[in-house]
Amino acid sequence: MENNSDKILEEVTGSDYKYGFYTDIEMDQAPKGLSEDTVRFISAKKNEPEFMLEFRLKAFRHWQTLGEPDWAHVNYPPIDYQDIIYYSAPKKKATYESMDEVDPELLETFEKLGIPLEEQKMLAGVAVDAVMDSVSVGSTFKKTLAEQGIIFCSFSEALQKHPELIKKYMGTVVPYTDNFFAALNSAVFSDGSFAYIPKGVKCPLELSTYFRINAANTGQFERTLIVAEEGSYVSYMEGCTAPIRDENQLHAAIVEIIAHKDAEVKYSTVQNWWPGDKEGKGGVYNFVTKRGICEGDRSKISWTQVETGSAITWKYPSLVLKGDYSSGEFYSVAVTNNYQQADTGTKMIHLGRNTKSTIISKGISAGHSNNSYRGLVKATRRAENARNFSQCDSLLLGDQCGAHTFPYLDVGNRSTIVEHEATTSKISEDQLFYCLQRGIDMEGAIGLIVNGYAKEVLSKLPMEFAVEAQKLLSISLEGSVG
Amino acid sequence: MLSIKNLSAAINGKTILKGLNLEVKEGEVHAIMGPNGSGKSTLASVIAGRETFEVTEGEVTYLGSNLLDMPAETRAREGIFMGFQYPVEIPGVSIANFMRTAINEKRKYLGLEPMTGAEFLKLMEEKKKMVDIQSKLTNRSVNEGFSGGEKKKNEIFQMALLEPKLSILDETDSGLDIDALKVVANGINLLRRKDNATVVITHYQRLLDFIIPDFVHVLFDGRIIRSGGKELAIELEEKGYDWVKKEK
Repeated sequence: MENNSDKILEEVTGSDYKYGFYTDIEMDQAPKGLSEDTVRFISAKKNEPEFMLEFRLKAFRHWQTLGEPDWAHVNYPPIDYQDIIYYSAPKKKATYESMDEVDPELLETFEKLGIPLEEQKMLAGVAVDAVMDSVSVGSTFKKTLAEQGIIFCSFSEALQKHPELIKKYMGTVVPYTDNFFAALNSAVFSDGSFAYIPKGVKCPLELSTYFRINAANTGQFERTLIVAEEGSYVSYMEGCTAPIRDENQLHAAIVEIIAHKDAEVKYSTVQNWWPGDKEGKGGVYNFVTKRGICEGDRSKISWTQVETGSAITWKYPSLVLKGDYSSGEFYSVAVTNNYQQADTGTKMIHLGRNTKSTIISKGISAGHSNNSYRGLVKATRRAENARNFSQCDSLLLGDQCGAHTFPYLDVGNRSTIVEHEATTSKISEDQLFYCLQRGIDMEGAIGLIVNGYAKEVLSKLPMEFAVEAQKLLSISLEGSVG
Repeated sequence: MLSIKNLSAAINGKTILKGLNLEVKEGEVHAIMGPNGSGKSTLASVIAGRETFEVTEGEVTYLGSNLLDMPAETRAREGIFMGFQYPVEIPGVSIANFMRTAINEKRKYLGLEPMTGAEFLKLMEEKKKMVDIQSKLTNRSVNEGFSGGEKKKNEIFQMALLEPKLSILDETDSGLDIDALKVVANGINLLRRKDNATVVITHYQRLLDFIIPDFVHVLFDGRIIRSGGKELAIELEEKGYDWVKKEK
C-alpha cells in the first residue's frame, strides 16, 4: 500500500519546470571573473558616487579573506568564482516614460510568466518595478507614491538621486563583514530596489518587484533596502521565476529593512527560480542574506516567504528586535522536489524589553529532496519579558526525501518565554483516495492537500500574491506545485 | 446500471472476494449485509477503484462500460459515489473549497463550464437544507475535528452536492446514535430517484428500519450466499449470521 502511493507521488511530482524559456536581449556585460578591476568596472558603469566604490572595494578585500561557509545541510560542487560574469545589463537603457518604450521581447517574457506588466498595472493597488537581470526597466505608479513623499526606485537610481539615504542606511543591518555571500554581494551588486517611507505615511500601494535571472553565466547580485520612518507602514512584495539553463546560476542577494519607532513593514516573497532538472542537473543557487531591524519602540517587521524554486536555498530572513515592545514574524513555506536542497529558517534576536516574535515554518519535501529548517531564537540579558512562539511542520511526499529541523535557543534572561512545536506528517494514501473518489485527480489532490497544509502561511500573503503562490505550490509538486 | 460477474479481488496477496455476482438497476436500493471480514468494504473499494485492491478475476460493467478500465477519478466523474466508513481529515481545506473543486472537475470532464462562486454557494445552501447540515460546518476543514455523526452527515452532504448515479455507502450507520442515524437515512431517502441507485453496506439491520431496500444480499467469505427482499434482513436480525453460515 505504502509503495503504491509512493510510486504515484513520484510520478506526479516528477514533472518539468513550466517557466523554462529564455529571452535573448543584447547584453552589456563585464568580462568573466572577479578582481578589483571588476569592482571598479561595475561602479564606473553605473556612474556611482565615490563612497559607493570605496564600500565595494572594502567589501571585496574583506571577501578575499573569507572562506565559503560549509555548515548548512546542503551539498554542491565547489563554485569557481572566477568563472562568473558579475555584471550584465540589457543594452537598451532604463527609465521609460511608458510601457510602449519597453523592449517588446521583455514584455513577451512577462506574458509567458503569466504576470504581464500590463495586467500588473491594472491590478488595483500594485506598483511594479520590473527588474530584468540587473537593471530596472520599468516603473509604474511612481507619481502616486511621489505625492506622498514615498521613494520607490531601483538601487542605482537611488544612488544617483538620494545618495545621502543610501550612505546612511546601506550596510547597517547586513554589514559587508557579515558573511561570505554578503561580502561578495557588497562588492559586486548590480542593482536592486530601494523604498523609503517618510514619517507617518501609510503606503497606499503594495510595492512589488519582479526579479528574473536571464543571462547565461551571470551571477545575480541584488540589493534591496527598505527604510520605514516613524509611524509609517509599507507592504513590499518580491517574486521571481527563472528560465531553464544548464549551468548553475549563483544568486547572492541582500535585503535590509529598517523600521523606526511605531513603523510596520511587511515583506513577502514568492521565489520560483529554476530548481534544476529531475536528475538534479542545473538550477539556481540561492544564497541570500535577509535581515531587518526593529530599531524603534513598538516597531514591527514580518517576513512571509513561499520558496518553491532554486537547486539550493540558503536563506534565513532574520530580525533584530531592538526597540522595546517591537515584534517580529516569520512565516515560511518551503517546497523541495526532485534533487532540490533547502536550508532555510530565521533568526529572532531579542534585544529590547517586551519584544515578541512568532515563527511558523512549513516544509514540504518530495522526490529526492532535502528540506531543513534552521532557526535561532536569542534573548539577551536586557531583553526582559521576551516571548517567542515557534512552530515547525514538515510534510513528506514519498519515502526518498528528507526533512530536518535545527532549532537553536540562546536565552540569557529568566523572564523569557519560548515555545516550540514541531510535527512531521505524510500525505496518506487515504487522503489521496478520498480526493480521487470525489473526482479530483492526483495532481489536483496533492495541490489541494499541500495548499491546505500551508494555509496558515499563505493567508499572510497579500491577496494577489496568495493566488500566485497557490498556483506555484501546485506547479512545483506536479507539477511540482503541489 | 451495475453488473458484477464472478468478481475476485485481493489485497496484499490475500484473496477477499471470491467470485461475487451482483446486478443493480436504476431506481433500486440494495442492502449488502454480512459479518465482519466477509468482504463488504472490499467490495465498495473495488467498485470505487481503490488501487490497493487487485482484481484477480471477473468483470464489472457500469452503464455499459468496463468499469475496471477506469481510474478512480473517472469513475467518480461518471457518477459513482462512495460514502466512506472512516472519512479522512484534510487539514486546511474547507469543505466548500473541496466540494467546489470536485464539482468543477466533474463539470470539466463532462465538457461543462465551471460553476461560479455564486452558483456554488447557492447550490450549497440548497443542499445544506436538504440534508440538515449546519451552515458553519462547510467552512471547516474537511472532517477535521468532526464528531462521528458530523463526518457521516458530511458524506451525505457531499453525495447531495455531487448527485451521483450510483452511491455505495460503506457502513454509513456505524458509530451513529439514533438521531444522527435518522438524519443520515432521511438524506439518503431524499436523494433516492428513479434514475439513480444506491447500495447500502451495513452490519446491522437497524439502518434498514429507515431505508427500505428493494433487495437484501448476504455476503459471506467473499461471495453473496443469499439474496432476497427486505424480509431477509429481518430474518437475519432474528436468527443471526450463524444461520446463513450454517446453511452455506
